[in-house]
Amino acid sequence: MDHILSWITFLPLIGMIAILFVPKANTSLIKTIALAATGLPLVLATWLYFGLFDKMSADLQMVDRFTWIAGLNAEYYVGIDGLSIALVWLTALLLFIGVPASFGINKAQKSYYALLLLLEVGIFGVFVAQDYFLFYVFWEVMLLPMYFLIGIWGGPRREYAAIKFFLYTLAGSVLMLVALVALRLDMGALIDSGTAEVVSALSGTEDLGRNAYFSIPAMTALGGAGLLTGSTLPFGGDFLGMQFTTWVFWFLFIGFAIKVPVFPFHTWLPDAHVQAPTPISVILAGILLKLGGYGMIRACFPIVPQGFDDYSYALGVLGVISIVYGAYVALGQTDFKRMVAYSSVSHMGYVLLGMAALTEWGMSGAALQMFNHGTSAAVLFLVVGVIYDRAHHRDLNGFGGLAQVMPRYWALTTLGFFAALGLPGLAGFVSEAMTLVGAYQSPRPGFKLLVIISVLGIVITAAFLLWAMQRVFLGNLNPKYKDIKDINAREVLCQAPLLFLCIFLGILPHYLLDWMRPSVALLIQNLTVN
Amino acid sequence: MLGMLEFNPELDFKLLLAVPLIPFFGYLLQISLRGRLPHGDKILTGGMFVVMCITVYMAAKAISAAHAGVPFLHHSEEAGMTHGWLYDVASQPSFKNLVIGVFYDPLGAAMLAVVGIVSFCVHLFSMGYMHGDKRYPIFFANISLFTFAMLGLVLSDNILFLFVFWEIMGLMSYLLIGHFSHDPSQKFFHSWATWASKKAFLTTRVGDVCLFIGIFIFYNGFQEFYATSAAAHAALPEFHPMRFTHMWEMAKLVVEANDGIYPTWMTVGGMFTIGGTVGKSAQFPLHIWLPDAMAGPTPVSAMIHAATMVAAGVFLLGRMFPLLSPDVLAAVTVFGSVTALFAATIGLTCYDLKAVLAYSTISQLGFMVAAVGLGSVEAGMFHMTTHAFFKACLFLAAGSVIHGCHHIQDMRVMGGIRKKMPITFACMLVCTMAIAGLPWFSGFFSKDAILLAAWGNLIEGEYFGGPPLLALICLSLGALFTSFYMFRLIFMTFFGEYRGDMEHHMYSAQLAAEGYEGPPPHGHDDDHGHDDHDDHGHDAHHGVHESPLVMTAALVIVAIFAIPGAAGLLNGWFTETVTVENMYGENVGAWVLAGTPVMEGTKEVLVGGLPMAIADHNSHEGHDAHKLALIVSSIVAFGGLIGAWFLYIKRRDLPGKLTAQFPLVYTGVRRKYFIDEIVDFTVLKPTVGFARFLRKVDENVIDGTVLLVGRIHKALGSISAWIDSTFVDGAVNAVGLVSQNLGAALRLFQTGRIQPYAAFAVGGGILTAAWLILS
Repeated sequence: MDHILSWITFLPLIGMIAILFVPKANTSLIKTIALAATGLPLVLATWLYFGLFDKMSADLQMVDRFTWIAGLNAEYYVGIDGLSIALVWLTALLLFIGVPASFGINKAQKSYYALLLLLEVGIFGVFVAQDYFLFYVFWEVMLLPMYFLIGIWGGPRREYAAIKFFLYTLAGSVLMLVALVALRLDMGALIDSGTAEVVSALSGTEDLGRNAYFSIPAMTALGGAGLLTGSTLPFGGDFLGMQFTTWVFWFLFIGFAIKVPVFPFHTWLPDAHVQAPTPISVILAGILLKLGGYGMIRACFPIVPQGFDDYSYALGVLGVISIVYGAYVALGQTDFKRMVAYSSVSHMGYVLLGMAALTEWGMSGAALQMFNHGTSAAVLFLVVGVIYDRAHHRDLNGFGGLAQVMPRYWALTTLGFFAALGLPGLAGFVSEAMTLVGAYQSPRPGFKLLVIISVLGIVITAAFLLWAMQRVFLGNLNPKYKDIKDINAREVLCQAPLLFLCIFLGILPHYLLDWMRPSVALLIQNLTVN
Repeated sequence: MLGMLEFNPELDFKLLLAVPLIPFFGYLLQISLRGRLPHGDKILTGGMFVVMCITVYMAAKAISAAHAGVPFLHHSEEAGMTHGWLYDVASQPSFKNLVIGVFYDPLGAAMLAVVGIVSFCVHLFSMGYMHGDKRYPIFFANISLFTFAMLGLVLSDNILFLFVFWEIMGLMSYLLIGHFSHDPSQKFFHSWATWASKKAFLTTRVGDVCLFIGIFIFYNGFQEFYATSAAAHAALPEFHPMRFTHMWEMAKLVVEANDGIYPTWMTVGGMFTIGGTVGKSAQFPLHIWLPDAMAGPTPVSAMIHAATMVAAGVFLLGRMFPLLSPDVLAAVTVFGSVTALFAATIGLTCYDLKAVLAYSTISQLGFMVAAVGLGSVEAGMFHMTTHAFFKACLFLAAGSVIHGCHHIQDMRVMGGIRKKMPITFACMLVCTMAIAGLPWFSGFFSKDAILLAAWGNLIEGEYFGGPPLLALICLSLGALFTSFYMFRLIFMTFFGEYRGDMEHHMYSAQLAAEGYEGPPPHGHDDDHGHDDHDDHGHDAHHGVHESPLVMTAALVIVAIFAIPGAAGLLNGWFTETVTVENMYGENVGAWVLAGTPVMEGTKEVLVGGLPMAIADHNSHEGHDAHKLALIVSSIVAFGGLIGAWFLYIKRRDLPGKLTAQFPLVYTGVRRKYFIDEIVDFTVLKPTVGFARFLRKVDENVIDGTVLLVGRIHKALGSISAWIDSTFVDGAVNAVGLVSQNLGAALRLFQTGRIQPYAAFAVGGGILTAAWLILS
């Protein structure tokens, strides 16, 4: 099938437009359209994953490419490789789950589902875009629906949380934009100069002779060859006493780090999560955080490998702080959802640590961790949503003994908790173990100590999850909740596929790792500065 | 006949693979039908019977191979059964992948058979003991999944998969300790189980992450060594850095390349690795979870917290032994010896039947750990085997007593029940004799071998002075106390006259003052909790009764291995089969025997634990060591027995007087040396406090900074607006018009309508970019 990536990306947009023509009152039709518009991309993505994609190749596949804005030399350029395909599939899955998970929402349903579908377009777009301008446009497209979804359908402090989320992310975007403009100017001058070095760096890529100034593969090729140093810019590669690559690296890194979020840029996350409705929290934790990690390995590190090489230890330190600090702060929470939000900070720290180590297991582990956190964090937010829908509060100390009246809910929660705390046999363990072993193996100095410190996070994670388990589910039944209803079929069906993935990928992780392997190897080769 | 006992890789690895899979599918069946499987308990127990038969049959093959002198280290590669875990594609080199398979060796054979037999007995016993429990099917499902993990751990060919199963066992331990936390009718256990399960998981988790780090260190070290060593490439063309056999081989090469000395990284890695043992095998100071694990049902205590899971830490030492440097072994010895004595002293003062057994388990695990530390890994593994049987029996018998006495656990309200429960009594007595180490009972052989290791090390070891001496003193005293508290248990429970009838009269006040242990005795109109006594009506309520056949049958099966004769046979098989040479293969075995200073002498004395070997070696020190060990172990065993008889049969007033004489010592021991309080004060409270402090930091400092930046910009906006309206607006009308629009835009922003602003920001950014590019 030609243009499958474009179909996957824009099918939700078609759904959104269709929803706009449906009368507001016809909510069942709106929901049906939303289900179809998220279900079809899931079917296509599954077919893509198992059928069309060649897992032995590190090349970009399913490429669609044509000139978009000629004046800017920006292209419509989409394609996927091993780093993005799993995340595309996860996006399709979580957005599809997000629709039935939203059936409890009764406020302005038409706009809600329309925005949800627009959000999906933005997310798919970021994962498939290979042109930096296109990438940036999708990045911003994603931001707006998210703002409204939190700001309109959120909890009591939704406006505060939405503005905080929006401004914080926008601040990151502005940094990205500045770096992007600079990169575009340098790229343009380099490619126009047509020197032998540039030609040889680009030879073998499709970008040779294309004048694609925003092409991410071209930037990777030139950056990897050490040519993208800002030497053509007015300040000549050295700006305010720091190298151009360093500036670009930090601007892009912070832009993505806010999204991950990496300590100390994480404080928007708990507010956004706590206020967002359950399905939006699921998508936020499951997918949006991954955009940050994905952005780093797609559109930051390979473009300025020198900056990555210089500061990888700092990244490792930030990763470990996120792991340990996130876990401790989660332990100190009394709000169920805030606790889960901080657990995300902790778990995403592994991603940064693994990437910074620059070993095959570290990088694969980081990529795997993004996927596995996507499933386990989504389960945790669904779990919180179930209890919040019934009790209308999230105070960990306000429950007790729920396992007696909600045994099925307890069983699913236990599985989700143990998946989140990285129990071997479940998916989170594979990625944590690979990340930590990979980081320990790193030839870069100091990583061994970082790994030994980071395992503290493993213990504390177990502590806050089991403590929450004890406070909410065990002990004496809080008489207020003696008639509370156990989890219903719709809620089970939302969690079931995610829990299945947690088990399945814990036992057979090669269903992800095989697909990632060539691209990870290529990435490491690109990032290794000689 | 002998042909049947030859190892046939094609068939036998399939059988071995079935061993963990049978309970696993039992679990799936039970859970997927949500416990509605008819006769689920019988089907699962039947499955365990098949598992037991396979494991015993396979163990017979190991024994027969050892008898014939055939090496018995089998990896499922022989049958082409391996699986690339991380990557399925062939192009990935083996050291980047993790190729897993089944490993079956003499140690694994012994452990597998132990787990198979004990698991079957515990399943059988549970059919009687747990009958009528609210979550009966879930209990069976969980205990089956536990068995799966334990069997998988034994069959793992690599350290990471051992760790995987190790942690799954931790989860099942958590769920099974917490079994009663879902059942509020279990008044006493309900609240205890709630926190005890968490405590167990978290405490062992501390040890587990140490093991995790140890795995990294060895993996990394061996791989770095392999990358540069030609000898390593020659020895192992395809290297799997986490596979036990390859690690042993590589450890040998690393030490050889380092002039026969263990490099520092191996010592560090070993120190982290034994952290796993300290956690899982409940060694001081991480032992605190095991006594509280008694909040689980008694069959769980028997299987998980006595016979199998806690022994996994010792099994780990057996698997990692060739990697452990002399310094690590010295540390292992100290951990084990201190724990053996420390826990035994606490056992002297407990009144709760299960608490005595719990501390006894900690103490006996200390013996095993110390044995490995002393270089006698065979003795440690043998004690692990004998202990698994007699301790499982003791716990099950204790369960039978508790069942018979209507859920009373305090020994002070028992007494004289030997006539009412003859089978239980007989089994418990046999196993007490075994654990006390009376001659020719099973514990005698294994404990003797451990004391022999300590003596041998002291006499011949050139490397250590301190640890063997410490081990000798602690283990001898520990053995004495073991014998004492176990016979104390027997005498208090089964001899004298029954004191349960008096529970509501004279005992309750006294017991309340001294701290009653275990669940409170039931009143007449109390319901029976989870237990179902349909078979003997209400008038029999207070009568102590023997347990049903499924329970006593299970008891008898495990007790058989403790009695003289059977124990001697076990000893013969074990000492012939599980030797260092057989466990670690020819090369590695010889190297372990001869290579390191610690082992010199003592290893040779201990080969097979057989006096014959000593005679062959013509070492009269060895001979002395053996005689001394024999004398000491006999003295302590009988000493404890006589002491207990004197204090608890002959002069029953003495214990009270003694405790009154030394109130401080007594209180200190009685309160378990205040370890729980110390941990609470030094670890738990500071951790939670630190977490709350960091939460405040996060809310006030980090988020505070973000909000401050926001407020500064807002203030700047207000100032600009003020300047604008006061000065600029007053001066220039046209500009004022612009400022009004700006103010309106700001107001829009503040009311939360972000769309126009965002559109402006993005659009503006794009326009700026476009302008920059095009100009």
